[in-house]
Amino acid sequence: MAELADAAHAAAEHGAEGQTVQEYITHHLSYLTYGKFPDGHWGLAHTPEEALEMGFMAIHVDTMGWSLFIGAAFLFFFRYIGLRATSDVPSGIQNFVESIFEFVESQVNAGFNYKNPHVAPLALTVFVWIILMNMMDLVPVDWLPEIAMAVGGLWGLEHMSFKVVPTTDPNITMGMSISVFFLILYYSVKNKGLGGFLRELAFHPFGKWMLPFNLIIEIPTLFAKPVSLGLRLFGNLYAGELLFLLISGLLGVYQLPAHFVWAVFHLLVIPLQAFVFMMLTIVYLNAAHEPAHGDH
Amino acid sequence: MDITLTIIGQSVAFFVFWWFCAKYVWPLFMDIMEERRQKIADGLEAAARAEKDLELAQAKSTDQLKVAKVEAAGIIDLANKRGSQIVDEAKEKAKEEAKRIIAGAQADIEQEVNRAKEALRAQVSAIAIAGAEKILEGSINQAANEDMLNKLASEL
Repeated sequence: MAELADAAHAAAEHGAEGQTVQEYITHHLSYLTYGKFPDGHWGLAHTPEEALEMGFMAIHVDTMGWSLFIGAAFLFFFRYIGLRATSDVPSGIQNFVESIFEFVESQVNAGFNYKNPHVAPLALTVFVWIILMNMMDLVPVDWLPEIAMAVGGLWGLEHMSFKVVPTTDPNITMGMSISVFFLILYYSVKNKGLGGFLRELAFHPFGKWMLPFNLIIEIPTLFAKPVSLGLRLFGNLYAGELLFLLISGLLGVYQLPAHFVWAVFHLLVIPLQAFVFMMLTIVYLNAAHEPAHGDH
Repeated sequence: MDITLTIIGQSVAFFVFWWFCAKYVWPLFMDIMEERRQKIADGLEAAARAEKDLELAQAKSTDQLKVAKVEAAGIIDLANKRGSQIVDEAKEKAKEEAKRIIAGAQADIEQEVNRAKEALRAQVSAIAIAGAEKILEGSINQAANEDMLNKLASEL
């Protein structure tokens, strides 16, 4: 108990107005939310409770903003490099970007066996975007929120939450995995035909006399794809962020060694999760391009 | 886990970014990398061609060297032949010259001999006349005598 008290003390030092560790972490895990208040008007939520009351009709300004900013920055940067790239010996940054391209292209060539020129750009977008969003995790947890609070203080938002790692927001990860899910449905119907797609759900793996069992197996399998895709990314990054917050909240100013150790470990998680998301997207889309089972 | 409009915003962003990447980013690098692949392929091909050219040139140069050697041998042969021919011709000429000189010398000698004979004949006839004069003791007819003596001289 003494340790906990110490921890609470450290946290009290950390927060300006004597937050507990729990309050500190909760505050860091809340979003800057713009939405529709129960009374009908739209505005920024001042407390997590207000944000909760808004329900679905709200937007997480912080994670959404960072997600858009990172995605746009990455694409414009790549385009900038691409426009001044030459086919001579590549140097420096062009070499770096090209190696990313070649990596993604080789993964797509290995995992995707059909002709579809849109899949490789999708894989690149997903991979780099997610890696960069994950990397926001490495920014010390208080820097950007403190700046945001200082700026927000100008409009009476000095307690505002500001979450900087978009992939720790299930809305962001599920938003992407559901998009992938729609692509799976679209390409399945496009390549197998609606009949072929439904036949695959109904008549496999046990043949048409076991149709209910087939449906019981296949439909959850289908829906498990986007859910697992989105939640895997969210879970990994959320857990990582939570540990950073715990380290920061419990150890206060003495967090540096522990923070460093966890950051080094997290360096593995950041590209790995982006890679897994990209690979699974490729594999799912490959399955969606396969000819319907009954057809061969 | 509060699901909000953010999920839709992110989906829209996903498709927009995908579209942008596929239209404005991916082709740039694919074109450049394809171009470079082409350049490298061309370079390798050129190198292979150059190597083959070198081989051909070397073969050609050996051939030419062989031909040149044969030609040189022919020229040397010809020169040798010509040389001996010239020597032969010179010998021939020299012999002829020698013959001609010998013939000239012989003609001279003959002439000299004839002249000597003539002189001798004249002297002999003069001696003979003197002898006859002495024998006859007086000259009878100088003119008839002279005639007779000339006849005698030409008979000698």
